[in-house]
Amino acid sequence: MIPLSWYLIFAAALFSIGLYGVLARKNAIAILMGIELMLNAINVNLIAFWRYRTPEMLGGQVFAVIVFAVAAAEVAVGLALFISLYRRRNTIAADEIDLMKW
Amino acid sequence: MTALQIIFILVAAMTLGAGMLVVTARNLIHSALWLVTALFGVAIMFVLLEAGFLAVVQVMVYIGAIAILIIFGIMLTRKIASDSGPRFTENWGWALFIAVVLFGGLTWLLASWSGFQAEPAPLSERFDSLRQLGVALVSPDGYVLAFELASVLLLAALIGALVIAWDRK
Repeated sequence: MIPLSWYLIFAAALFSIGLYGVLARKNAIAILMGIELMLNAINVNLIAFWRYRTPEMLGGQVFAVIVFAVAAAEVAVGLALFISLYRRRNTIAADEIDLMKW
Repeated sequence: MTALQIIFILVAAMTLGAGMLVVTARNLIHSALWLVTALFGVAIMFVLLEAGFLAVVQVMVYIGAIAILIIFGIMLTRKIASDSGPRFTENWGWALFIAVVLFGGLTWLLASWSGFQAEPAPLSERFDSLRQLGVALVSPDGYVLAFELASVLLLAALIGALVIAWDRK
């Protein structure tokens, strides 16, 4: 069988890749894609812990379902923000969106 | 090495490679397509973890809805989708440093944990995780509050997205 450590290291690597995308990319939609990768890594962790530690209790799976819902809400609102921003300022480069920078 | 382990390694390599390409590809459309590949790899991980329902939800919600939504978003902001300017900020070195340190730190932290090499607990034959999940989501002793909150959150996101993206001109 596959030991738990493999899943955890895989999820940690996926999370780090997503974090790099969030921190380094300029385009706001690319940042959103990095966040998606991070959320997926978290879901892999939740399901791995559910399967290996408490398979008779469904807390891990319920958590993952809630993460799905939150991710969907986050993408919908985020893309609406970017489209609105693009319409008004003609850019979605993260370093040019400085309206609220004092 | 069993067949399951070989499948895991192949899927993990595919997913991580696709993830790398998501964050480095110059063309955002390519990024989004690699994101679909990575999400599909995660769905296969769910199958390997015997969470079949979540694998289906992953394909339907993430690949069917979220990835398509992201591709729409890229197309609606097309002018900069494959611009010639730099795609990374000047601080990408720091970002890389933080990501590598986080990965190293997490691995080190997990390696010092006693349950790190755990084998999966056997599932009993009669255990129906899909039925249990459905009951847990709507039973008052389970997670009905989180379930209802998620539905309210989705409604709020629906209305919020409409209001924000509304063209008032």
